[in-house]
Amino acid sequence: MLRLEQVSLTFNEGTMDEKQALQNADIELKSGEFLTVIGSNGAGKSTLMNVISGSIIPDTGNIFINEQAVTPMQEYKRSQMIGRVFQNPSAGTAPSMTIEENLSMAWSRNKKRTLKPGVNKKKKELFRDHLQTLNLGLEDRMTAKVGLLSGGERQALSLLMATFTEPDILMLDEHTAALDPSRAELITGITADVVEKFQLTTLMVTHNMQQALDLGTRLIMMDQGRIILDAAGEEKQNLTIEKLLEEFQRLRGEKMANDKAVLG
Amino acid sequence: MLSAIFGSVETGIIYALMALGVYISFRVLDFPDLTVDGSFVTGSAIAAVLMTNGQSPIIATAAGAAGGFLAGCITGILHTKGKINPLLSGILMMIALYSINLRIMGGQSNVPLLNEQTIFTMITDFWTGLGISQPVNQFLVGIGINDPSIIFTALLLTLIVKFLTDYFLKTEVGMALRATGDNKSMIRSFSANTDGLIILGIGLSNALVALSGALVAQQGGFADAGMGVGMIIIGLASVIIGEALFGTKSIARTTFAVIIGAVIYRIVVTLALLADFLETGDMKLITAVIVIGALITPKLIETRREKKRRLRKKAELSKASPADERGEHNAST
Repeated sequence: MLRLEQVSLTFNEGTMDEKQALQNADIELKSGEFLTVIGSNGAGKSTLMNVISGSIIPDTGNIFINEQAVTPMQEYKRSQMIGRVFQNPSAGTAPSMTIEENLSMAWSRNKKRTLKPGVNKKKKELFRDHLQTLNLGLEDRMTAKVGLLSGGERQALSLLMATFTEPDILMLDEHTAALDPSRAELITGITADVVEKFQLTTLMVTHNMQQALDLGTRLIMMDQGRIILDAAGEEKQNLTIEKLLEEFQRLRGEKMANDKAVLG
Repeated sequence: MLSAIFGSVETGIIYALMALGVYISFRVLDFPDLTVDGSFVTGSAIAAVLMTNGQSPIIATAAGAAGGFLAGCITGILHTKGKINPLLSGILMMIALYSINLRIMGGQSNVPLLNEQTIFTMITDFWTGLGISQPVNQFLVGIGINDPSIIFTALLLTLIVKFLTDYFLKTEVGMALRATGDNKSMIRSFSANTDGLIILGIGLSNALVALSGALVAQQGGFADAGMGVGMIIIGLASVIIGEALFGTKSIARTTFAVIIGAVIYRIVVTLALLADFLETGDMKLITAVIVIGALITPKLIETRREKKRRLRKKAELSKASPADERGEHNAST
């Protein structure tokens, strides 16, 4: 479904601030797989997301979605296939527009936008049904402006907007990080439900190790632009936070030893 | 006095089309577009030149609007593809249009429309042709309206444009356009081509501005290279006055507010010019003062209201707990 081949990207090449954000990243995601991505700050998680969504073009390497090369494709065209939820709850919605208008814009993702009214009776019913699954009472506030919603409500709406057109890829970029613990739990629950319901191929970046372990069918750990751990199936199920930290220290230590050997 | 006010209502309704254009760029797209000063003249120049060459006023007016659309699209392209800051793209286009407008007018800075048939005279002819004009006209003259054709034509056109704008902004494309002004990265993540939408939006905005210019030329009887100076501020004044008075609850209401804002602006200017110490040349200064007032007053009112609210809350609080107050009093004595 999603394949990255030898994708590399360096920021500020040739300057003091040179940073290898991605180094030969190779990832293949099968249809329906749910990948969680962890790693410390600057490990390249967000760059990975941006390279897939097309907001950053990689230096080398290729990206395929559904066996179609998307590397040169512009972001807005690529987003027909990609649903995204951002960390900032205000990022995924248009605040001065109503809930139904926001949903309608999301509904048009994989369709041609026309000069027909954006919201009609049929769409309203459809949106109402979808909103009901969130259990937040948003179905009764469809003409309220999104700017009036709380962060948790907005993030739930963003999640619905990103998923209900069943995109090929769903990307969640630390989408619960800006919420309080109870809201974060709610959104995590909704995430698990919608991914299950639409059988979405999903990539989720998170700082929360427990969340990375609870959700998903596969886990990768990144460090300095490299994928240093890739666990799927049973191997992932047996992981614990302690094991992850241990593994992180071990892999990182090995690398440091290698670097020392090279330098020495 | 009454006929002066009627005259300003008439002018206001024609300029309301321009204000609607400014509303689309400034408010809907959040794009401070200064092309307006140039595209207004482009509209009137194209219309005037075509009409003096014997074209029908309808075709001439439409061509004027199309010229504005093109100018706006170029501003949009400068910003989106050339990555030039919005203000600067508008200013560049405005400067370029000054020369282009002179070219359109054949190197003259003024094209008079003497005895040409205009959209307004066409409607008057149609009206008198109907045969029911006599009594109605007499009635209108009785209440101080001498030539009703201009105001009715302008009102009709402005209302048509208003309803079309309302409809358009609620279509799938129109909503994507609004979202582009609201949260660009969000609508891009729903596969909308934001560059294309900005170009389209600024184009449509300037089409309305140029349409307004074409009508102003036909009403005034000439097109002039300098008639666009300060147009953007007049448009902005109309939008701000309208929004301050009628609010922005829905799109239909906001566009209505913008139209009324344009009319009110004209009335205020007319009344100001009636003062003895002000001359016609002071108009731009009056405009600037009106805009400054319209920008500051709502904030002042809001601050005052907040202050009052806080004082009231304080009073309620001290009333609710008289015991505390007594305690304090005792302590102080």
